[in-house]
Amino acid sequence: MIGLPQVYILAGLAFGAFAVLSSSDTSNPKRWRNAAFWALLALSMLAGDRIGDFGNGLLVLALVLIAGLGGLGKGAVRPDSPAREAAAARHGNRLFLLALVIPVVALIGTLAFKAVPDLVDPKNVTLVSLALGVLIALAAGMIWLRTGLSEPLHEGRRLMDAVGWAAILPQMLASLGAVFALAGVGKVVGGVMTAVIPDGSRIAAVIAYGVGMALFTMVMGNAFAAFPVMAAAIGLPLLIGQYHGDPAVVAAIGMLAGFCGTLMTPMAANFNVVPAALLELKDRNAVVRAQIPTALPLLAVNIALIWFLAF
Amino acid sequence: MNYWVLSGILVMIGGFMLRLNALVVVVLAALVTGLAAGMDLAVLIAAFGKAFNDTRYVSVVWIVLPVIGLMERHGLQERARSLIEGLRGATLPRLLTGYLLLRQITSALGLTSIAGHAQTVRPLLAPMAVAAAQPADDAEAERIKAFAAGTDNVGLFFGEDIFIAIGSILLMKGFMEQNGIILSPFELSVWAIPTAIAAFAIHGFRIWRLGRAQR
Repeated sequence: MIGLPQVYILAGLAFGAFAVLSSSDTSNPKRWRNAAFWALLALSMLAGDRIGDFGNGLLVLALVLIAGLGGLGKGAVRPDSPAREAAAARHGNRLFLLALVIPVVALIGTLAFKAVPDLVDPKNVTLVSLALGVLIALAAGMIWLRTGLSEPLHEGRRLMDAVGWAAILPQMLASLGAVFALAGVGKVVGGVMTAVIPDGSRIAAVIAYGVGMALFTMVMGNAFAAFPVMAAAIGLPLLIGQYHGDPAVVAAIGMLAGFCGTLMTPMAANFNVVPAALLELKDRNAVVRAQIPTALPLLAVNIALIWFLAF
Repeated sequence: MNYWVLSGILVMIGGFMLRLNALVVVVLAALVTGLAAGMDLAVLIAAFGKAFNDTRYVSVVWIVLPVIGLMERHGLQERARSLIEGLRGATLPRLLTGYLLLRQITSALGLTSIAGHAQTVRPLLAPMAVAAAQPADDAEAERIKAFAAGTDNVGLFFGEDIFIAIGSILLMKGFMEQNGIILSPFELSVWAIPTAIAAFAIHGFRIWRLGRAQR
């Protein structure tokens, strides 16, 4: 059965290639740091299940030491935009066809692989389809543009350098969430929230639920981590238990109040920090800044919706 | 109650305010939280390592970079730009509003991975938005690119919960079930529709204002 293990092998090979290419990039003053960083990530993808939990922990510490003490570097970028302009004119709109291969394969694969649960792990159809889309797009691009494998890998390494260590920040934050859960952080936060709501005030409970969901999401970077805490602290005992709110409304719109928090925090790295790096923006918080004026009014709307629809 | 376990949250907030390396801050927060909860250091390292290994799927998305890089090398961004410049009606508000709507609708159908920052924003939407806006300087171009990335997030977040088999819906269903309340995914997903409409209205209004400020 095709599932995550095969996808991880592909990812390990890609990071391994980035590591090898980084080591030979003499224009990058920190090339050995980059090479070591991507090599460790390749090791994690290829052999993470074999080196044990403690081994993985040491691997993470090594990654953090490389990124934290001195950081990663970037190679010189060849600014040959006339060549790209000429290529763009020559290839025309067919370039868009190539750009659509990954989304289209991901779409078809996600729908079609569900029908063959023996062939593809039904829990991971989307990731398998994404990987398949990458392979098909790569093969089609190499044939059509008549390049070898080294050109896409070199270009991939260049983009990877632009993202830098922020590439693993989402995975690190997800791991921190697991440690928070083990330590019982959620229960304590829930206890604090319950203590600050005045007794008998339904409107205060609704506001505390919505705002608390957004705030705790901002701290954790993830509404999935905030939901069980706030729902257990305020949603279930007060809004549903004491004031008889509709549980479906309280849950569904409470989660969406949390999503407003996701828009406002650098902790939601994959949505807010990684795109800033990917678009090579000077301000790492530029995306958060662009989103706050949408998130705040939407949070108010969500709180009002709970108030009007749940009771 | 052991309030010391909250010290990790303070480490996170302080670390971000002091602009320390975020990876270092995360590890320090985990360390402080785990020790405050009375965990042994070796147990803590192993717990973090296990969680890191279990969440590798989060970092798999980078395998798209060689394909994006190849297309960029052969002029994808330039082509996206000249396509928009050649279309007379392709204004910034139309482009972003159209993308927002498309992203909300496809996410509502469960197709969350067909677009994204690596797949569509960097190679297509951002250069198209910059071409449509004709920014006066680099700072304005940065704002437009950041707005394009934000539009992708808003479309994804406030579309995906309408789909019944998305992670957050299953999480809510599971949580409520543990507490003795049986909800069907459909009951939860219909209540995402009012917020989806509000998100489109609010963000669409901001896109319209961005377009007016451009003129």
